[in-house]
Amino acid sequence: MSDTHHDHGHEHGHHHREPESVLSLRVRALESLLVEKKLVASDAVDRIVSAYEEDIGPHNGAKVVARAWLDPAYKQRLLADGTAAIEELGFGGVDLKVVENRSGVHNMVVCTLCSCYPHALIGLPPVWYKSFEYRSRAVREPRVVLREFGLDLPESVEIRIWDSSAELRYLVLPERPAGTEGLSEGELAGLVSRDSMIGVAVARPPAPAAR
Amino acid sequence: MDTVPSREIADMKGAAALPRKNGELVFDEAWQGRIFGMTVAMSHDASFEWREFQAQLIAEIAHAEREGESTSYYERWLNAFEQLLADKGLVDPAALAERTREFETGRRDDVF
Repeated sequence: MSDTHHDHGHEHGHHHREPESVLSLRVRALESLLVEKKLVASDAVDRIVSAYEEDIGPHNGAKVVARAWLDPAYKQRLLADGTAAIEELGFGGVDLKVVENRSGVHNMVVCTLCSCYPHALIGLPPVWYKSFEYRSRAVREPRVVLREFGLDLPESVEIRIWDSSAELRYLVLPERPAGTEGLSEGELAGLVSRDSMIGVAVARPPAPAAR
Repeated sequence: MDTVPSREIADMKGAAALPRKNGELVFDEAWQGRIFGMTVAMSHDASFEWREFQAQLIAEIAHAEREGESTSYYERWLNAFEQLLADKGLVDPAALAERTREFETGRRDDVF
């Protein structure tokens, strides 16, 4: 992800059990005090941790999507030959087909056989992507599955399912949200969630008021 | 909503950058997630600004590197968070030390 990435410490956590458990006690004591002072609510902490665990950050796929939103010529190349177009941005190692969401058409990716997934672009697949339930139901009843993900598409929208394989991976190009004129490529990339590139969500709307 | 990740937090750069693996945040131990979540929650509730915490974290990391400490990213995070809470007058260090002793000796064992 980045050469500035500091991963010191991970090894420590595994080798020295004792200091870790002292730290764990320190954190529990702190949480206990903060909850008592009503400065923190434990369920809010739970929600935040899971939201960030699902966030895959400034990932490569989001950069690809943002570039396509900003540069129509790049988008054309991306849809015509995904593999070559992502190589332009320095990403590779995967044969990729990009499928575009537009008005009336929504795309959704599944791997019915196993869990083929464009890691290079969007990191590790989430647990549900690998589940038998998603793999079987995405094809059989995609509209219901999408509703369970919180995406209620009108009946008039056609849903296209793309079944990944070891030879070819798919990436959904979500629709650019309204009200994003003037945003930079980096800001646009921040709206592109992992789920929107699998096709079980749409891109996030821009924040109502920039900080 | 406090459940949409803030890019200011998720995309911190440099030494303060969150540890990730294959792009996903890594919490090796449950306490690392707790301390992360508490810090983010308090910044959302405006107990402090995120940039204030980030500055404290960067200072703590620089200090640890200078001293050659082999502490982990989230241990440094915890130190920075406690320091900020003390500076803001939100948590009295003596009270925290006492509460920590209670947990260490098993006199207290709250379940979250």
